[in-house]
Amino acid sequence: MSTETDELQKLADEEYKYGFVTDIESEALPPGLSEDVIRLISSKKREPEWMLEWRLKAYHQWMKMKEPDWAFVTYPKIDYQDIVYYSAPKSKSDGPQSLDEIDPELLETYKKLGIPLEEQEVLAGVAVDAVFDSVSVATTFREKLGEQGIIFCPMSEALQEHPDLVRKYLGSVVPYSDNFFAALNSAVFSDGSFCYIPKGVRCPMELSTYFRINAAKTGQFERTLIVADEGSYVSYLEGCTAPMRDENQLHAAVVELVALKDATIKYSTIQNWYPGDDEGVGGIYNFVTKRGKCLGANSRISWTQVETGSAITWKYPSCILIGDNSKGEFYSVALTKKRQQADTGTKMIHIGKNTRSNIVSKGISAGHGQNTYRGLGKINKNAKNARNYTQCDSMLIGSECGAHTFPYIEIGNSTAHMEHEASTSKIGEDQIFYCQQRGLSAEDAVSMIVNGFCKEVFKELPMEFAVEAQKLLAVNLEGSVG
Amino acid sequence: MLEIRNLHVSAEGKEILRGIDLKVNPGEVHSIMGPNGSGKSTLAHVLSGREGYEITAGEVDFKGQDLLDMKPEERAREGVFLAFQYPVEIPGVNNTYFLRAALNAIRRHRGEEELDAMEFLRLARSKAKLLKMDQSLLSRPVNEGFSGGEKKRNEIFQMSILEPTLGILDETDSGLDIDALKIVSEGVNALRSPERAFVIVTHYQRLLEYIVPDFVHVLDRGRIVKSGDKTLALELEKRGYSWLREEAGEAQPVA
Ligand SMILES: Nc1ncnc2c1ncn2[C@@H]1O[C@H](COP(=O)(O)OP(=O)(O)OP(=O)(O)O)[C@@H](O)[C@H]1O
Ligand SMILES: [Mg+2]
Repeated sequence: MSTETDELQKLADEEYKYGFVTDIESEALPPGLSEDVIRLISSKKREPEWMLEWRLKAYHQWMKMKEPDWAFVTYPKIDYQDIVYYSAPKSKSDGPQSLDEIDPELLETYKKLGIPLEEQEVLAGVAVDAVFDSVSVATTFREKLGEQGIIFCPMSEALQEHPDLVRKYLGSVVPYSDNFFAALNSAVFSDGSFCYIPKGVRCPMELSTYFRINAAKTGQFERTLIVADEGSYVSYLEGCTAPMRDENQLHAAVVELVALKDATIKYSTIQNWYPGDDEGVGGIYNFVTKRGKCLGANSRISWTQVETGSAITWKYPSCILIGDNSKGEFYSVALTKKRQQADTGTKMIHIGKNTRSNIVSKGISAGHGQNTYRGLGKINKNAKNARNYTQCDSMLIGSECGAHTFPYIEIGNSTAHMEHEASTSKIGEDQIFYCQQRGLSAEDAVSMIVNGFCKEVFKELPMEFAVEAQKLLAVNLEGSVG
Repeated sequence: MLEIRNLHVSAEGKEILRGIDLKVNPGEVHSIMGPNGSGKSTLAHVLSGREGYEITAGEVDFKGQDLLDMKPEERAREGVFLAFQYPVEIPGVNNTYFLRAALNAIRRHRGEEELDAMEFLRLARSKAKLLKMDQSLLSRPVNEGFSGGEKKRNEIFQMSILEPTLGILDETDSGLDIDALKIVSEGVNALRSPERAFVIVTHYQRLLEYIVPDFVHVLDRGRIVKSGDKTLALELEKRGYSWLREEAGEAQPVA
C-alpha cells in the first residue's frame, strides 16, 4: 500500500514552476571587481561625486573584511572575481515612458509569473517599480503618487533628482562597514527603489517592486531606501521569482527603512527564488541586510516575510527602536525543502523608553531542508519598560530535515520584560490520513495544515499578497511529504 | 455494496486479520463487536485505506470496484466514511474550512457544483443544530482541545454533512455521555436510508438499542466467529465472549 508514497514522489519530481529564462540581450561588464569597475558603474549612472567616493570607501572596507561563517549554512566558496557586477538591458538610455516601450519579452515574462503589469495597474492599483536585471525598466503610477509629494522611483533616478534626500539617509541605517555583504553591496549596488513619504501623508496604495534575477552570472545588488516622514504611513511589497539556472547566483541586497516621529512602515516580502535542484545545485544565495530605524517617537516598523525560495538564505530584518514608544515587528514564514538552508530571524534593539517588539517566526522544514531561527532581543540601559515578545514555532515534514533555534538575549535594564515561546511540531501521518479519509488529497492536506500553521503571519500581509503567499506555499510543498 | 472475501492483514509482521468474510447490502446496519485487540479498528482502517498494513490475501469489493486498489481520498469521495475511534487534532485548521474543503472535494468528484462559504455555513449550522453541537466548535481548529465527547460528536457531524454511502463507526459511543449518545444515535438514524449502509463497531449493546442493527458479528482474534441478529448483542452483554471460544473449540478440532 505505497500509493501515497508513489504519488508524492511523482510530485517531488516536478520542475520548478517558474524556471524559465527571458532572452533579452544584456549589456554586461566582464566578470570581476576592481576600483575601475566601481568607477564605471558610477559613471554609467552619471552619479554625483560623493556617491562614487562612498562606493570606493565601501570597496576598500570590503577588501579588509571576511565573509561571515557563523551562520548555520554551508556552501562552496564564492569567487567574487567570477561575478558580473553590472548588466543592463539594451534599451534606450532615456528609459521608457510607458509600458508600450517595454521590451515585450519582459512583459511576457511577467505574464508567465501571473503578474501582468497592465492588469495590476488597473485592477490592484499597485504602483510597480519593476527591477529587471540591474536597471529599472518599468515605473508606474508615478504621477498619481507625485500629486501627494510621494517619491517612488529607481535609486539611480533618485540620485539624479533628489540627491540631498538620498545623501542624508543612504547608509544611515546600514553603514557600508556593517558587514561583508553590506559592504559589497555599498560598493557595487546597481539599482533598487527609493521611496519618500512626506509629512502627514498616508500613501494611498501598496508600493510594490518585483525583483527578478535574469542575466546569467549577474550578481544582484539591490539597494532600497524608504523614508517615512513624520506622521506618514506606507506599505511596501517586495516579491520575486527567478528563472532556472545551473550556476549559483549571489544576491546581496540592502534595504534601509527610516521612520520618523509617528510614522509607520510596513514592509512585506515574498521571496521565491530558484532553490536549486534536488542536490541543491543552481540555487540562489540570498545574503540580505535589511534594517529599519524607528527614529522618532511613536514610530513603527513592521517586517513581514514569506521566504520559500533560494538555496541559501541569510537574512535578519531588524529594527532599531530609538524613539520613545516606538514599535518593531517581525513576522516570518520560512520554508526549506530539498537541500535548502535558511538562517533567518531578526534583531530588535531597544534604545528608547517604552519601546516594544513583537516577533513571530514560523519555520517549516521538509525534504533535506535546514531551517534556523536566529534572533536577538537587546534592551539597552536607558530603554525603560521595554518589552519584547518572541514566538518561534517550527514544523517538520519528514525525517531528513532539521529545525534549529538560536535566541540571543541581552538585557541591560531591570524594567525590561521579555517573553519567549517556542514549539516544534511534526505533520503526522495520522493527520494526513484523517484529511484523506475526508476526501482531501495528501498534498491539499499538507498545504492546509501548513497554511494553518502560518496563519498568524499571513494575516499581517496585504490581502492579495496573503493569497499569493498561500498559493506559493502550496506549490512549494507539492511532493514534500513522504 | 461492500463485500469482503477472505481478508488477511498483517502489521509489523504480525497477522491481525485472519480471513474475514463480510457482505453488507445497501440499507443494512451491521454491528461488529469483539474483545479488545481482536482487530476491529484494523478492519476499519484497512477499509478506509490507512497505510502501514500489509494485505496478504483476500479482496474487497465496493460498489463493483476493487476497494483495496483505491487511494484513501478516492474511497472517501466514493462514499466511504470512517468515524475514528481516536479523532485526530489538526491545529491551525478551522473546522468549518476543513469540512467545506472536504465536501467540495467530494462534490467535485461527483460532478456537482461546489458550495460557497455562505451556502456551506448554512448547511453546517443546520446540521450542528440537529446534533445539538455547540456552534463555537465550528470555528475552532479541527478537534484541537475538543473534549472526548465533542470529538466523537464532531465525527458524526462531519458524517452528516458528507453523507457517505458507507459509514464505518469505530467506537463512536465510547466517551459520550448518556444524552449525547442518544443525540448522536438520532443523527445516525436520520442518515439511515435504503441506499446507505453502516458498519458500527462497539463494545456496548446500549448503542444498539438506539441504532438497531440488522446483523451483529463477533470478531475474535482476527476472525468473525459468530454472526446473528440484534439478540446476539444482548447475549454478549450477559455472557461476555469466552463462551464463544469454548463453543468454537467444541465445534471444530483445535488446529
Ligand atoms: N500497526 C500495527 N503494528 C503492530 N500491531 C498492530 C498494529 N495495528 C494494530 N496492531 C495490533 O493488532 C491488534 C488489533 O488491534 P485493533 O486496534 O484492530 O483492535 P480493536 O479490536 O480495535 O481493539 P479495541 O477494542 O481495543 O479498540 C492489537 O493487538 C494491536 O496491538
Ligand atoms: Mg479499536
